[in-house]
Amino acid sequence: MNPGVLTIYRWELRKLRAQKRTYLGLGAAALVPIIFVVALAARNGQPEDVAFGRYLHDTGLAVPLVLLLFGSIWMFPLITALVAGDIVASEDRNDTLKGIFTRSVERHQIFAGKALATFTYAIAAIAITGAVALVAGILVSGFNSIVSLSGTRVSATEGLGLVGLSLLFYLVPILAIASIGLLFSTVFRNSAAAIVGTLMFSLLVQLIGILPGLGGLQPYLLSTQFNAWQGFLRSPVDWEPVLRALWVCALYAAPALIAAVLVFLRRDVAGD
Amino acid sequence: MVTAEATPIEVRGLVKRYGDLVAVDQVDLDVEPGDVFGYLGPNGAGKTTSLRMMLGLIRPSAGSVRLFGRDPQVSVKALEGVAGFVEAPSFYPYLSGRENLRLFAALDGGGAKGRIEESLGIVGLSERAKDRVGGYSHGMRQRLGIAAALLREPRLLLLDEPATGLDPGGMRDMRDLIRELSASGMTVLLSSHLLAEVEELCNRVAIVRSGRVAYQGSLAALRAEAGEGYLLRSPDEARARAVLAAQPGIRDVTVTEEGTRFAAADEAAVGALSLALAEAGAPILELTRRHATLEDLFFSLTEGDGVGPAAERQNGGDPAPAPVEAA
Ligand SMILES: Nc1ncnc2c1ncn2[C@@H]1O[C@H](COP(=O)(O)OP(=O)(O)OP(=O)(O)O)[C@@H](O)[C@H]1O
Ligand SMILES: [Mg+2]
Repeated sequence: MNPGVLTIYRWELRKLRAQKRTYLGLGAAALVPIIFVVALAARNGQPEDVAFGRYLHDTGLAVPLVLLLFGSIWMFPLITALVAGDIVASEDRNDTLKGIFTRSVERHQIFAGKALATFTYAIAAIAITGAVALVAGILVSGFNSIVSLSGTRVSATEGLGLVGLSLLFYLVPILAIASIGLLFSTVFRNSAAAIVGTLMFSLLVQLIGILPGLGGLQPYLLSTQFNAWQGFLRSPVDWEPVLRALWVCALYAAPALIAAVLVFLRRDVAGD
Repeated sequence: MVTAEATPIEVRGLVKRYGDLVAVDQVDLDVEPGDVFGYLGPNGAGKTTSLRMMLGLIRPSAGSVRLFGRDPQVSVKALEGVAGFVEAPSFYPYLSGRENLRLFAALDGGGAKGRIEESLGIVGLSERAKDRVGGYSHGMRQRLGIAAALLREPRLLLLDEPATGLDPGGMRDMRDLIRELSASGMTVLLSSHLLAEVEELCNRVAIVRSGRVAYQGSLAALRAEAGEGYLLRSPDEARARAVLAAQPGIRDVTVTEEGTRFAAADEAAVGALSLALAEAGAPILELTRRHATLEDLFFSLTEGDGVGPAAERQNGGDPAPAPVEAA
């Protein structure tokens, strides 16, 4: 009679589709690139000190890349945490765990469904930002070749592929943030606390990176992994940051998910 | 319909502590197939906490629960054929009533989906099922909770104060529904502090106080245990009470809203009382025999300062009258 994780996942997506915060997050993901491009079109200046900043007027391909750089500070972590921090805590807010825990599915299946739905949402947010940024950027600055980080010029179509790859790889640290959001959501049982907690965590990690004497930790900070995609924009591809991002992010995500599952499995549903 | 099967609910030595507070204290329960079992107790007695443990929502500090022989702490499989809710049933406020039931049916698997409309009809919510639950009244949520339980086609139904928030019509419907379900072979455990409801519906009861079972057994045995009493009404209550106090064979005199209640050693003592009252100039408006209501017993078991050791007060359901504890 057990309907399995896929059914739970589908219903978690349906629940997300019925909630305002989902649209708030995805709306922000679409709106930010539009505002950015409109501001760019209105003024002639451009951020010179950011990678790809100086190409913003030359090619639309630079727009998503600059957004990835800026977004890693707090925007994408916030958009991710908006749902990740809420997806378990909202069950506590509505006292609905007692309902779903007394049907025919095990608690670990419910958690798996929720984690998958959270990841799906995060992927959708990045995809939306990327797509909107590309379209808006190309409309304003054209679909032109771009200069890679090692100074070689890359054709527009090849550049498009690299941008897609970068967006895809950006998901690695984003899903780690989502896992931490899930943990806080499960432990705090309060979505505001979990969302703020996730954001604080992401900011504190960045703070550690700029503390004097702790520079050696830099490669292993979660915030650093948000720049790993730049490895794809070198020729030849710099695999070192890419590969490191994979295992470093796993080291953040796996313990968070395991701890969250254990708490979720063992917790009392006492309505308090 | 009831065949020889595992005991629907078997609870042994169940304990739940919250810090220093012992919410449920060494509870033993046996609910047999076909029972409509009343779980009675005042606020904070531990009824909801016990039900949460039975449904596997919280972990017992000690003791065990078996539903049809299976442990709900181990796997949700123990809840096969079991449904119910604790406290007010809750739903996703941003989904409609029907969507909420669809979600539950999806999590139930099997044929639950096909029973959604029927369940909505049974609880009288078909008209409002398309509206968001966020806009439902308390009683409507209660009804939806029953509908959600019926989706599972349970053999055992656990209900925590199912009548709270229902209007008189809803309460009657609820009672009728429970009777109907019971007649079709379902075992029901319902917690309540509505004594009338329990008296009307249940064949067996447990009365809990401060987490401990103060009485467990059949309602018939409980009535027998409560013994019989008399009611006296007189326009001169003070004089009548003075006579009662002085009269041999009359005891347990209590003043209630209806009049003065007392217990008598035998009928002769009551006869003698009527003469004594007339002699003393206290007119008799009413002097009748009264069966103790469950309410009397409830108060005597849940309020007096001494709760006898729980084990002593339990009897297995066969009418084994014991003197009622003096309040
Ligand atoms: N999560 C909790 N944390 C701390 N104490 C709790 C918790 N849940 C229940 N209690 C305590 O356990 C005792 C029993 O509570 P419970 O809700 O089981 O009572 P009840 O019999 O259902 O009462 P009511 O008739 O008011 O519903 C109470 O003293 C309550 O304060
Ligand atoms: Mg209660």
